[in-house]
Amino acid sequence: MNHAAIRFRLIPVLILAALAVFATTARANLTIEVTQGVDNAVRVAVVPFAWRGGGGLPVQVADVINQDLTLSGRFDTLPTSQMLSLPNESDDVFFRDWRLLDVEYLVIGYLDDAPGDRIRLTFELYNVFQQEVVAGHSIEGTADQLRDMGHHVADVVFEQLTGIEGAFSTRIMYVTSLGTVEEPLFRLNIADTDGRRVETILESPEPILSATWAPDGRRVAYVSFQNGGRPAIFIRDVETGQVQQITNYRGSLNGAPAFSPDGSKLAMVLSKDGSPDIYVLDLETRRLRRITRHYGIDTEPSWTADGEKIVFTSNRGGQPQIYMMTLDDLTIERLTFEGDYNARASMLPDGSGLVMVHRRDGVFHIALLDLRRGRLSVLTETALDESPSIAPNGSMLIYATRVGGEGILAAVSIDGGVKFNLPSSEGDVREPAWSPVKRMEFERLVTP
Amino acid sequence: MLTTNFRGIFAVVFAALLLAGCSSTQQEEADPNEGMTTAPPVEPAPAPAPEPEPPKPTVTSGSGGKGKLVVPLDGTMDVEELDGVFYFDFDQAIVKRAAYQELQKHAKALAGDRSLSVRIEGHADERGTREYNLALGERRANAVRAYLMTHGAMSSQLETISYGEEKPAVNGSNERAWAMNRRVELDYKR
Repeated sequence: MNHAAIRFRLIPVLILAALAVFATTARANLTIEVTQGVDNAVRVAVVPFAWRGGGGLPVQVADVINQDLTLSGRFDTLPTSQMLSLPNESDDVFFRDWRLLDVEYLVIGYLDDAPGDRIRLTFELYNVFQQEVVAGHSIEGTADQLRDMGHHVADVVFEQLTGIEGAFSTRIMYVTSLGTVEEPLFRLNIADTDGRRVETILESPEPILSATWAPDGRRVAYVSFQNGGRPAIFIRDVETGQVQQITNYRGSLNGAPAFSPDGSKLAMVLSKDGSPDIYVLDLETRRLRRITRHYGIDTEPSWTADGEKIVFTSNRGGQPQIYMMTLDDLTIERLTFEGDYNARASMLPDGSGLVMVHRRDGVFHIALLDLRRGRLSVLTETALDESPSIAPNGSMLIYATRVGGEGILAAVSIDGGVKFNLPSSEGDVREPAWSPVKRMEFERLVTP
Repeated sequence: MLTTNFRGIFAVVFAALLLAGCSSTQQEEADPNEGMTTAPPVEPAPAPAPEPEPPKPTVTSGSGGKGKLVVPLDGTMDVEELDGVFYFDFDQAIVKRAAYQELQKHAKALAGDRSLSVRIEGHADERGTREYNLALGERRANAVRAYLMTHGAMSSQLETISYGEEKPAVNGSNERAWAMNRRVELDYKR
């Protein structure tokens, strides 16, 4: 049975101590609204983790885990109020307490002090019916990495139960449009996948768009009109904040940047030679190579995982459609034949298909084109959809749409089974880009 | 409208000729009445008033902070502010017939004054993808640019830029808002 829309705000439930090391930015967060979950969601219980150290903890890690698992749409999490016991270690687990509640998997754990002002988290994942441990280890981090630790546990649980790598430790970059038609304001933001810890990396009265991650997750590229009111492509190091201007062609489009899978090249769109065409810039040598030569519009390049081909949008056949170009011989193949508007394609990591914006009956949806079977399926029920971005695990995608007159982000699983919205409490949100790497990785330690 | 203007011109010219005629008649009549003493110096007949020059095109600050062109209203001493916004059909970058007359006035002013320069800004409505809309906006700006050049403007006077769907004139997800956003705007340098 489908889940009804579950709306919940992100509130840190247990703010324990005067020692709140964790500083939340005052920026508006994205909130999560699951609008559709899978029919056979796995029932999981995450017991509040015990804190065995001194002072207090600003974050209840179990809340982060619960929320992540719910966000995936594949799990049904048991509210704490319904739990019959609250174990933190294997000795305290009575499987009967969980079988009674039809819980299939149980997550328990605790945190305590570790040397060097750090915190150690220890957890175990149980299969209730088999009465055995499926996974468990310890990780260490600082107090402001508690959310990351929660995301790590959620990733492990997700991987164990679905066989797919978790995406809870990754981040989303997106553009917010605030202000008015007369006085516009744009921000380029990066937030956790759960919408928390929003960081604004650029603010400007001029438009920002087409933000994209480098494959190492350390740099981003985007288009900004802050260069004298004209478009230019910039690359920014997310760690150091250092910015480089990459293009400066006047009277030309400078747009749609896309890093190659090895991070050494940047595909882009320039119209300096007469019409919008795709170029590839070698970031090392700064040599610019022109890839398409057509008087029509060629735009929105996106690389295949092997770096040998680029899919792109072109109206050379009259209407925008998706084409694929092989880079070594510049041969071009048309990929889409259904629908009168197909654009902004993005390859799935395994190359089996691509997602794109597809217009059907005048309505813009996100659709999946299965390249092996040549089948197109519409994934979304929202309208005015754009900018699909695939999670690094290839199983979810995030995109921009409009609901109730507001620009929001929404997510859907590649099979279309799970849907959720991420409305922002501030401004119109658009242009999401899912980071290809986790925000941080923890070393898995053996529980002592 | 044309007839009135010509009438105006005729009126001015006729009046000028009339004045010229009157003065010379008076001069001829004065001389015989003067007598044998030194005749008063003959005033030369005043030259007919030169036809006033129409005002030069000027650029003023218009709504939305754009430079608007003010040009002489044909055949009169009046001026008119030219409309600087032109609209397009969905997915199209073709200059519409309804825009021709006004664009021709722009081109004429540009052709007549090489110091005038204008920025041609192309826009698109919000539907579809952003980068494709940037390209569509550029198409529209280029179409207007080509039209102006065909009618006398020089390439060096024309700069084009596209904002795609990024700078809507009107917010809203309906046909009316979309129609108002599919446009090219002319911004003259001040």
